[in-house]
Order: sequence, then structure tokens, then C-alpha cells
Amino acid sequence: MAPLLQITNLHAGIDGVEILRGVNLTVNPGEVHSIMGPNGSGKSTLARVLAGQKSYQVTQGSILYNGRDLLEMEPDERAGEGVFLAFQYPLEIPGVSTKYFIKAALNAIRKRRGLEELDAFEFLTFVKERAKLVDLDMALLDRNVNEGFSGGEKKRAEIFQMAVLEPRLAILDETDSGLDIDALKTVAEGVNMLRGPERATIIVTHYQRLLNYIVPDFVHVLMGGRIVKSGGKELALALEEKGYAWTENKADATVNVATVNV
Amino acid sequence: MSGTTQDQTLDRWAASEYKWGFTTDIESDTIAPGLNEEVIRLISAKKEEPEWMTQWRLNAYRGWLTMTEPTWPNVHYPRIDYQAISYFSAPKSDSDRPKSLDEVDPKLLETYEKLGIPLQERAILAGMAVDAVFDSVSVATTFKAKLGELGIIFCSFSEAVREHPDLVQKYLGSVVPQKDNFFAALNSAVFTDGSFVYIPKGVKCPMELSTYFRINALNTGQFERTLIIADEGAQVSYLEGCTAPMRDENQLHAAVVELVALKGATIKYSTIQNWYPGDKEGKGGIYNFVTKRGKCLGDDSRISWTQVETGSAITWKYPSVILQGDNSIGEFYSVALTNNRQQADTGTKMIHIGKNTSSYIVSKGISAGLGNNTYRGQVKVLRGATNARNYTQCDSMLMGDRCSANTFPYIEVDNPSAQVEHEASTSKIGEDQLFYCNQRGISTQDAVSMIVNGFCKEVFAELPMEFAVEAKKLLEVSLEGSVG
Repeated sequence: MAPLLQITNLHAGIDGVEILRGVNLTVNPGEVHSIMGPNGSGKSTLARVLAGQKSYQVTQGSILYNGRDLLEMEPDERAGEGVFLAFQYPLEIPGVSTKYFIKAALNAIRKRRGLEELDAFEFLTFVKERAKLVDLDMALLDRNVNEGFSGGEKKRAEIFQMAVLEPRLAILDETDSGLDIDALKTVAEGVNMLRGPERATIIVTHYQRLLNYIVPDFVHVLMGGRIVKSGGKELALALEEKGYAWTENKADATVNVATVNV
Repeated sequence: MSGTTQDQTLDRWAASEYKWGFTTDIESDTIAPGLNEEVIRLISAKKEEPEWMTQWRLNAYRGWLTMTEPTWPNVHYPRIDYQAISYFSAPKSDSDRPKSLDEVDPKLLETYEKLGIPLQERAILAGMAVDAVFDSVSVATTFKAKLGELGIIFCSFSEAVREHPDLVQKYLGSVVPQKDNFFAALNSAVFTDGSFVYIPKGVKCPMELSTYFRINALNTGQFERTLIIADEGAQVSYLEGCTAPMRDENQLHAAVVELVALKGATIKYSTIQNWYPGDKEGKGGIYNFVTKRGKCLGDDSRISWTQVETGSAITWKYPSVILQGDNSIGEFYSVALTNNRQQADTGTKMIHIGKNTSSYIVSKGISAGLGNNTYRGQVKVLRGATNARNYTQCDSMLMGDRCSANTFPYIEVDNPSAQVEHEASTSKIGEDQLFYCNQRGISTQDAVSMIVNGFCKEVFAELPMEFAVEAKKLLEVSLEGSVG
């Protein structure tokens, strides 16, 4: 089976400072990968480069998504192809209700896929069901996007948006930060329910905790802009126990990610 | 005569992005540029006005001569030469004015067709009465008969001067006196035409009344004059939508609109202004220096102004309400957009005189490009105005780093029982927000429209529906290419 995402020797930075220094990663459909690492290692940078944020410049390397050159695609095109980023700090959009926003997004993506737009009734039915799936308070839908939302509500709203847009590649950027255990469980349930053989998820996280609930197939350690170690879910537990410094000794080793036939 | 006019047509002007940019090469009866008592008498004579009207104009003109052009606004423009403007231009079809649409010069109708208002079709389907004014002379008035049954008068101002002099004499200048300000004085002297509306006691006008304007020949300032009177218990909603063709010289538009609401009456006045804003370098474009004011003369009356201003090189206007009657209400909803090099100094004045009066102001300013947007508002509570209430919300949105927004609120309260609230906010459409939208599949252009519409929705909600749709589209077109 062809990989969904293939990152080869990716170098990227911002304002002239190089952050990613040769990242290699392959993600196949059906897999859940976790990217862990200390602060400043480049985890969020990787997430944003995948989403196409223009303030980051890619200086070397390639990213293939479904065999297509991802770097050639504008951010909204990538979304149309099924790339979704759950933001670490979701932004407020004053004056635009969450319902209106997600409807515009859904119809825009459907249009790109050659599908018909949903009418008001179809949309509302679908959205209600999705909100229930991720346990989102319906009242939040009528509020402006992220305006006055608590940290937990913002993260849950991101997962709700993901549930509505049904992406092929979902990237969660530190979705667990600032969440209490219950919120964490709810978010995890939502993510798990969206897993499928055609889809893949990349979880960028600091802590192992979330991975108790969203069990990854692969765990990668990103340090100094490179993936220095990869393994199965046990790697996360080992990191929890021993800390990131433990992997520093292995930083020089070239790591090939084992691709497993699912 | 026709030869000269043909020379003056816009064959030489190329049509550009401004889609209303064209002109009609129709015969025009234009007076040579310059302003003096003779010109004014000539205007009055051409319009067959009674002597009292001529005198009223001359009075205003003599007052204007003693006044100085104000320089306090936050807008900049080259000095206007008032002697270089031609103050009258009327289209000449046949010798008589047409009595039905069949008699209207087909070129004129073609003009309206291009502007998107085919008189017959649209007027009938939409149920709107259209008082079309073309270059200072009223051409057609539809549905006069139907409105006539209710006793509603909706005609050109010129016609009102002839047919309803008593009403005109009673109320003209009662809200905006001749010497109120420099431009109002000029208008009072040389006004060409406009609308006149009278709604009798207890009558609710069954359709929205609207008027279309268009400035044609070069250097002809458009000085329209509108007077709307709602008698006791009457209600009316009036729409004003303007378009104008491309010009190289700046065109002055100094209109005066007076609204009078008697006891228990309501007047709603909505405007979409889409005049040529000048090119990207700021060249050309209309100067929109307008005096609009309403007087809540009777108790329990209400006047609301709603405006969407996206055009003109310079917009300078303060639609205001004088709250004379007890329990009267004044409202002002505005969206003002400045893009490229447009400038706006706009806002409102709410003067609280009676008891238990209230005013509600929502102003949304959007600046893009190198636009300069100023809100200037006055809330004045006089000593005898017991229990006055005002709420003002003034929001600015900046798009990009080179535009500006300013706010000058004047709050003068002379009665201790007044409650006055003022809220202001400034927001920016940033790249981060746009990226968030992009990541959800929404293009940058759609995202900008969505955010701007969200920003303006409170004002759009006040517009009659078809106007609201037009307003949204207008904003989108005006903001094309402004971000990114």
C-alpha cells in the first residue's frame, strides 16, 4: 500500500533560523503516529509546515501526500485534499459563529472534492450528530469561533471541526496541553472514533498521558530538528520514565521508521 | 449643442474595473461653468420655479458668499474652484417631459438598464416605486397612481415645488437651514433636483421608496435636495443607492437631505453609496460632502439612518437626528469602507432636546490599502433633556499595515439624569486568522468576506433585504485583492 505521507530530508525554518534539520517520516493509511520531544525541538513547526503556514520556509527536502507534492499546494488546497491541523492555540474569529464557520469550511471542502454543498437542514443534522460524537455543548455552535471559549472548550471545538471535516490526515498539535483528565478522555474518544483504515493521525505531544487513550502505532522522538528515535508505544512509556535526555545519546544514529503492513 | 455634448462624452475614457464606469452620449442642456446670481435665476427659470423659490435660493447664495469652506475634517483634497463647475445639466429628449415610459428617450432607459434598474421590470416585480433622476431632471416616476390612492406623495423635488408648494415652504430648511454650513448653503442656492415624499396621517407606506442618481457630464456637481415628511403616525422606508461613471476630474456631490417626523411617525432612510472612488493612485473619484439630518419633531417619533459607504474618493457626512419630541428615538447604523487611497470622515450627531429621548449608534469602519477612516460623532444632551439615553458602539477593522482608523467622539451632557455609553474596539484581520480559515479549506478571499460580513452584520441587519444582499456583494467587490 502506498504511503499517505512521505517526508524526506525536510529542512525548514522561520526568520532565517533553521528548525527542522532533515526530518524523515513515512505515514501509511490506518496508522497513528506520535511525535514527541522537548520544547523547541520543532514539533509544532513540523505540524505547521505540513499545514502550509507561510511564515515557515522550507529550504530543503520534499513532502509527498498521496503521491502529490504537498509543498506545491496552498493551505486551502491541502485542506481540500484532507489535511487537517488541530491548532495548539486556536484563534478567535469575531463576528463569525462557529456554525457558520464550519459550514463554510465543509462546503468549501466538499466543493473541492466535487461534491454538492449540504443544504441547511442536511448540515444541521450532520453537525448535531458530530457534536454529540465528540461531546461538544451545542450552545458553543452559536457562539463566535473560539470567542470566550475556555482552553478545554477550544480544544474540544478543534476535534469537533475535525469530526465534521473528516480529514484523511489529521495532525493534532499539542491537543492535550491544558486539558484535565476528563476533557482528555473526551478528546481521545473523539479522535479514536474517527480512526479508519483510510485515515492517518499524527499526534504532536509533550506528554505520554494522551497516548494512554489514543494508542499510537509508532512513536518518534524529535530532537534538534531531527527524528532521533522511533519505536512502538512502549517508547512513550520509556521516555516518561527516563526523560528525553535518554535519547540524546542515540542522536547520531540514523533512524529508519519501520513500515508495517496493516 | 449636441456637438459640444458629444465632445464631452466619455468615449476617451477606457472602462476599467469599476464596472459602472461608462457614460451615455445623450444630448445634454448644460449651462457654462461659473456661479453668480444670474446662473441661479437661470436654474430657477429652467425649472419653472415660483418666485418664492428663486428668492430662497438667492438668499442662500448671498449667505454662502459670506461663508468660508471648513478645513477641520480629517480629509485632504485639492482646493475646489466653484467657478469651474457647471451647475445645471438636463438631458434633452424631446421638447416635453415624457408622460409615460414609452415616451422616455431609449438611451436613457438603456442607461438604467446598465445600472441594473430596468424601470419597468424591476419596478413591477419588486413592487418598488422608482423616482429616477437623471442629471438634474426627473425622468419618470412609477407607481404614482398607486401611492396616490393612499394620499402618499412621492415625486421629484422640482415637481413638489410646483404641485405642493405649501408643504415645501413649510418644511424646507426647517431641519437644515440655508446657512447651516458651507456646502448646505451652496446646495440651497443651486440644488437641481431630488426626491420629495409626504406620507399622510396614519399611513404606512406599503413599499420601499427609492431613488437612483447618476452624475453625467463633466464638471457638473450634483446638488440634489431631498425632503421627506411623515405626518402623525405615518411610516416610510426610503432607499438611496448611487452609482456614477468614471471621471478624471473630481466631482463634487453636495446633497442635502431633510427628514421630518411628526408625532408617532417613523422614517427609515437607507443608503448604499458606491460612487467612483478614484483609481489606485487616488486620482479622480467623487467628493461626497453631504448634509443629512432628521428632526423628530413630534413626540414618540423615530428616525433611523442606515448607510453602507464603499465608494467616493472622499466621504464627509454626518446623518444626524434632532430629538425634539418627547420619547423620540434616533438611530444610526453605518459601515464605511476606505480602500486604496479613499478617505472618510463620517459619523453622526444626536441632539437630545425632549424628555426620555434615546439614541443608538453603531459604526463600523473598515480600512484597507492606504485608506484613512475617521468616525466623528456628537452626542449632545441639552439641559432640559431629562432622562436621555445614548448607546454608541464604534468599531474599527484594519486590513494590512498601511491604513488608518481614527475616532473623535464628542459627548456633551448638560443634564444629570442622562445615561451615555460609548464602546469602541479595534481589530485587525491578521495573517494568522486567515491561515486558520485557509487550513479549514476556505480561500483567503472568502475568509476576508466572511470576517468582514461578520463584522458588519449588525448594520446589514438594518437594511431592507435586497439592499442587504447588494451591500454584502458590494463589500466583497470593494475588498478584492486587499489582503495578501
